[in-house]
Amino acid sequence: MATGTEPDLDPAGGVRGASRAAITAPHLRTDRWWLSPALTAAGLLAFVVYSTWRAFANADYYAAPYVSPFYSPCLAENCVPMKGGPNWEIFGSWWGLSPALLILIFPLGFRLTCYYYRKAYYRGFWASPPACAVAEPHKNYSGETRFPLILQNIHRYFFYAAVPVAAILTYDTVLAFRDASYAWGHMGLGTLVFLVNIGLIWAYTLSCHSCRHIVGGKLKHFSKHPVRYRMWQWVGRLNARHMQLAWASLISVAAADLYVYLLATGAFADPRFF
Amino acid sequence: MTQVERQQWDVVVVGAGGAGLRAAIEAREQGARTAVICKSLFGKAHTVMAEGGIAAAMANANEHDGWQVHFRDTMRGGKFLNQWRMAELHAQEAPDRVWELETWGALFDRTADGRISQRNFGGHEYPRLAHVGDRTGLELIRTLQQKTVALQQEDFRERGDYESGLKVFQECTVTRILKDEDGRVSGVFCYERESGRFFVIEAPAVVISTGGIGKSFKVTSNSWEYTGDGHALALLAGAPLLNMEFVQFHPTGMVWPPSVKGILVTESVRGDGGVLRNSEGKRFMFDYIPDVFKEKYAETEAEGDRWYDDPDHNRRPPELLPRDEVARAINAEVKAGRGSPHGGVFLDVSTRMPAEVIRRRLPSMYHQFKELADVDITAEAMEVGPTCHYVMGGIAVDSDSAAARGVPGLYAAGEVAGGMHGSNRLGGNSLSDLLVFGRRAGLHAAQYAGGLGEGGRPAVDEDQVDAAAAEALRPFSAEGPVEGEPDEGRPPENPYTLHQELQQTMNDLVGIIRREPEMGQALEKLGELRVRARRAGVEGHRQFNPGWHLALDLRNMLLVSECIARAALERTESRGGHTREDWPEMDRQWRRANLLCRLADPTGNLAATDPVRGQIRLSREETEPVRPDLLALFEKEELVKYLSEEELHE
Amino acid sequence: MSSYEAGFRVWRGDTEGGGLEDFKVEVHDGEVVLDIIHRLQATQAPDLAVRWNCKAGKCGSCSAEVNGRPRLMCMTRMSVFTRDEVITVTPLRAFPVVRDLVTDVGFNYTKAREVPAFVPPSDLGPGEYRMMQEDVDRSQEFRKCIECFLCQDTCHVVRDHEENKGAFAGPRFLMRVAELDMHPLDAADAEGLDRKTTAQDEHGLGYCNITKCCTEVCPEQIRITDNALIPLKERAADRKYDPLVWLGNTIRRRGR
Repeated sequence: MATGTEPDLDPAGGVRGASRAAITAPHLRTDRWWLSPALTAAGLLAFVVYSTWRAFANADYYAAPYVSPFYSPCLAENCVPMKGGPNWEIFGSWWGLSPALLILIFPLGFRLTCYYYRKAYYRGFWASPPACAVAEPHKNYSGETRFPLILQNIHRYFFYAAVPVAAILTYDTVLAFRDASYAWGHMGLGTLVFLVNIGLIWAYTLSCHSCRHIVGGKLKHFSKHPVRYRMWQWVGRLNARHMQLAWASLISVAAADLYVYLLATGAFADPRFF
Repeated sequence: MTQVERQQWDVVVVGAGGAGLRAAIEAREQGARTAVICKSLFGKAHTVMAEGGIAAAMANANEHDGWQVHFRDTMRGGKFLNQWRMAELHAQEAPDRVWELETWGALFDRTADGRISQRNFGGHEYPRLAHVGDRTGLELIRTLQQKTVALQQEDFRERGDYESGLKVFQECTVTRILKDEDGRVSGVFCYERESGRFFVIEAPAVVISTGGIGKSFKVTSNSWEYTGDGHALALLAGAPLLNMEFVQFHPTGMVWPPSVKGILVTESVRGDGGVLRNSEGKRFMFDYIPDVFKEKYAETEAEGDRWYDDPDHNRRPPELLPRDEVARAINAEVKAGRGSPHGGVFLDVSTRMPAEVIRRRLPSMYHQFKELADVDITAEAMEVGPTCHYVMGGIAVDSDSAAARGVPGLYAAGEVAGGMHGSNRLGGNSLSDLLVFGRRAGLHAAQYAGGLGEGGRPAVDEDQVDAAAAEALRPFSAEGPVEGEPDEGRPPENPYTLHQELQQTMNDLVGIIRREPEMGQALEKLGELRVRARRAGVEGHRQFNPGWHLALDLRNMLLVSECIARAALERTESRGGHTREDWPEMDRQWRRANLLCRLADPTGNLAATDPVRGQIRLSREETEPVRPDLLALFEKEELVKYLSEEELHE
Repeated sequence: MSSYEAGFRVWRGDTEGGGLEDFKVEVHDGEVVLDIIHRLQATQAPDLAVRWNCKAGKCGSCSAEVNGRPRLMCMTRMSVFTRDEVITVTPLRAFPVVRDLVTDVGFNYTKAREVPAFVPPSDLGPGEYRMMQEDVDRSQEFRKCIECFLCQDTCHVVRDHEENKGAFAGPRFLMRVAELDMHPLDAADAEGLDRKTTAQDEHGLGYCNITKCCTEVCPEQIRITDNALIPLKERAADRKYDPLVWLGNTIRRRGR
């Protein structure tokens, strides 16, 4: 009656288990299913390499009036002075490493536990699964039920942390409306880069699944909370683009940093608009 | 004696669609141990195809609605041939049945004040159809399925066994109803599709709820399951079928591409504002309003369009006439050369509603046309034409108890039961019919079974089990010459070919418009097919063998097709789902006549049947007069259109 | 109307074994894979086992894997393939095979039974239910599910790891838990049933690593991952992994 078969407990089996249709191929897909995980992995890898280099560099992250988003806020004594900028010496002088490491932990954690990035790296790096209906190479699988992956459940705390970080980057963007001698009311190409970046950072941050849950998703009766319902709908619309926003903001944050780097190393001069 | 597995249950329900599950739930709640047998997987029944909604006079959308109004609409739709007591019970109980679904977890679309939203439909005076987008049938079946599971969870908590009080035998087929020597139901003979194994369920009460017969026709909105199994089982068990000539052709089925021809396009498209146009761009339905409906429908497009917003002061557009009228009109337009490129007419919502509204209100239609026909219904018109959709005729039952006539212990509900819808069913009345009479069948079956006591149960006749097993195995031995038969030595017939020929025959000769000589031809062809079907052979073994399953289903389709053809030939008038080109008028005298089909050989032994004389014997019966208080719900002027002089004076 | 001959490879066999068999079969305009399978039945392989019902994408019976992707055969148009492409059709590979394209989907029915049913509110009778459209929207999306079990088939948690079938309900039934938890009138709480907690503890929500294959294959385009599974994970986090929420709830309960 199509309900009688006992689970086949050969863990090595999977799609090639004894009870399944006898097909030896791990998958029969004929399309280029590997392309998407390969691109994802390549893109993430490129960002990791770039950002590691930049984070440990501890140099070339400030070119008045722009501060690299990797180094903002700058929380140690060894920071380059930035007039009006977010350098608060909370960590004092004992911190000898790059001050980027102090703050990057938050956006890194936010993105690492993000529901989209999880999908991306589980598929791209872990091949768990590499693509839909393509057998994964692992013998055992416990998903996010055990340490360390059970920690993915704390995503919301990183969201809480990501909001002030985004606020500080917004502050940086406001500061970018100065010229190199800190006079207000000016704008250069860098300002534009910063504006685009902060727009994408906010869109990405607010499109977060945890945010969607917190603003309204947790409610049982939307009809009793019309304002939160509106917010939930709005966040939901953003959330539908979470993947695109994740990539766009990743690229834009790297681009903003690279822009500052180029200015700071003198490879390039910021074109001023006014 | 055939050794087959036996099980004892109190009530057996054959079919797990809306009626079957509702019956099973009721029987189990009455305390009867209930077995449900279904041909498909649990939850896949044809009920999922119902799109528009469940008709119930809850008066959520219009306070003037009530059961009396619903009753009136149903009788009008059925051209007064309905078993009026069924129509009455149906109209009275439908709201309770819908509300009950909510307590089981159903989520209907809502009105602004949080009640169940109700939509317009053909033939219904007020917006009356509780719905969920255009997937109401799915909601109904899923709710009943989940209620079934809920009851099983209850049994599990009490007795540690999910299936102790209510069990679903999925992918099993019943081929015979067994009776004891007194003619009472004693059980059913079944096979399991997966293994081909036979088994017998011994039970004193059987509810048949197997749905319809559409698979005997080529162009149909019905799934493969609709092979008339329940109709045939009842006939073979000795119960009569009622008014089988009435077959509803839904006016709007897809016509292109050929592989999807017949798939349903929900009536909600018209209920929500869609209009029918011919190749000249004309809304032709205005030319086809029959006299009996003249006062109820708009005469101009402007009035029809106003009705959607102001139904109290305008009359509805004629696109919302009962289905038989619309189907005939489309047929006539196509015949007159004003059809669409692929032989249908145009159904257009794209110029009537914004794209966003269409996608929200008709999501599965949007999806269906996009995926299957490459048509974007928000931008262009659909091409539609009539498709065989529903059989109004069916097992003759007692209106209150759903008990089949003449066979104690046999009950029928849903499409397989006849009478409720008269000569034509209104859209939305099917789902409510399933619930109302499904519950009644389950209730009375459980009471009957409970009333017998342990000692009073009918015994299974072993000869019948042997005969049923032999009958079911015959397709495997069809290769060799059959002794004494004229076509000795010819190769076995391919059941798929036979099925295709049957469908073509019914479609061409007993279809939407009928003529006497063609029906004569159809009966001849059916006789020939019947002889050939006895030699339908199959390859392979008994495990999940579709060729074998079809060979067995052919018996049922042939029986039912013959009923339809014979009754259609007999009824010399046009009424509802029965249109005679040679008898185009509705005849008030015929209103009083019910046509009953019975097996020619009452022993149920099909082998002995003469191929020329056929397997079915027809008899005529006068209907019971409508109760005066129900007649009083109608205006006298309306009644004279339907009732004969004598009836009016009585 | 144009027609051509297509190459098909269909898995045939049963629990004892089997393999891909090659067929040449005619294809006409506008046809879907299921039409071709039916033509094979009628002309070349009368005992080819296949499940199907409505042929309109509404019942979810004809699930199979076409060129390695879980799909409904009735909704897979032949026009998506090139004419010289050989089309491979196999049964669902996550479930035990019965015969040819038919598999034993009993796993799904077992899991369906493990999800506690809707609990009606004790203070409302039939006909007294009042629910706002915006409150039922979310659950209604999940109730579009036609139970084709393609999501269950493609989910690597059970597809690639038979041993997880005991602990993991699969996307379809986690979505059912979400549907009930978001139902505006479900009174499970009153019976001491917390669906948010049981999603994690009894239905194996933690196994889901949100790789979204369920959403990718859903023929009803239900956003299973974004709208059901992730919100459910967040709800479970409220209960199990969020001390702030826990603290807030405790204080509120005290205050009452």
